[in-house]
Amino acid sequence: MGHSHAEIDRHIKIYLMVFGALLVLTAATVGAWKLHFLPATPAIALALIIASVKASLVALFFMHLNAENKAIYWVLALTMLFFFVLLLTPFLAAMDVISL
Amino acid sequence: MLVPHIVKPRPDTGLTNGKFGIWLFLASEVMLFGALFATYLMLRVGATDWPLGTTYLDPKWATLNTAVLITSSVTMVMAWAMSAKRDFAKFRFFMLLTVALGFCFMIIKYIEYSAKFDHHYYPSTHVFLAIYFTLTGLHGLHVLGGMAVNAYLALFGKKLYDKDPEWFTNRVENSGLFWHFVDLVWIFLFPILYLL
Repeated sequence: MGHSHAEIDRHIKIYLMVFGALLVLTAATVGAWKLHFLPATPAIALALIIASVKASLVALFFMHLNAENKAIYWVLALTMLFFFVLLLTPFLAAMDVISL
Repeated sequence: MLVPHIVKPRPDTGLTNGKFGIWLFLASEVMLFGALFATYLMLRVGATDWPLGTTYLDPKWATLNTAVLITSSVTMVMAWAMSAKRDFAKFRFFMLLTVALGFCFMIIKYIEYSAKFDHHYYPSTHVFLAIYFTLTGLHGLHVLGGMAVNAYLALFGKKLYDKDPEWFTNRVENSGLFWHFVDLVWIFLFPILYLL
């Protein structure tokens, strides 16, 4: 897929803004951890929320998922479904819903 | 024989074969790391006593490595942008910078691992260290793999670039997708292993 120079320059501006946001969010993760202003469970939730936001920024802008082909969205949707089943398995096992 | 649809998209998928292939590969990688994340969760949920990451690990190295890997993602995407703008010299500069940052990441990881071994912390010492070494070791192998492909494109890519710059740019984009995925995995490894 060809891109015009003006289009690429616009992309570059966005990449630099995302870079800044990623560094700020990394500082926020470390800052929240160092200040210990939250109890353990909300602290874990906050760290995972920040990580998810950072991952979304990388996926949307650096991996160009904000303007991608439908076939890739389908592949990823299926992947995420199986991924969450994988992550859910330990909890279901711990609650004796399933046995491993 | 030339593989078809590597420059122009296939009419049915709307994608080049290379791009569709790398996304399918990344889907399998999500499941690979997903299985290990699930293992981590299972070990942690099932443990009566789970150490804080700081018991064994030093978050300052991991914070530095996070910044290094995020920066390398930007240089990677800049390399793609320069290739798309048909500026090979700048492409090579950003790509070699990406490789150098990957090298920095591995050096920092080496320092970190050495400190563990100096303290006689091995995978067999504690189940936390077992999953730590497995996750970060596998991730490190991915960094090395990405560095090898990126270095190849930077050092030996000129011939293909001169022949067909669009084909070459597609390769850079695919290599970039893998590199960003490696960054993405680290974004989750960092808080899970070091801070929580």
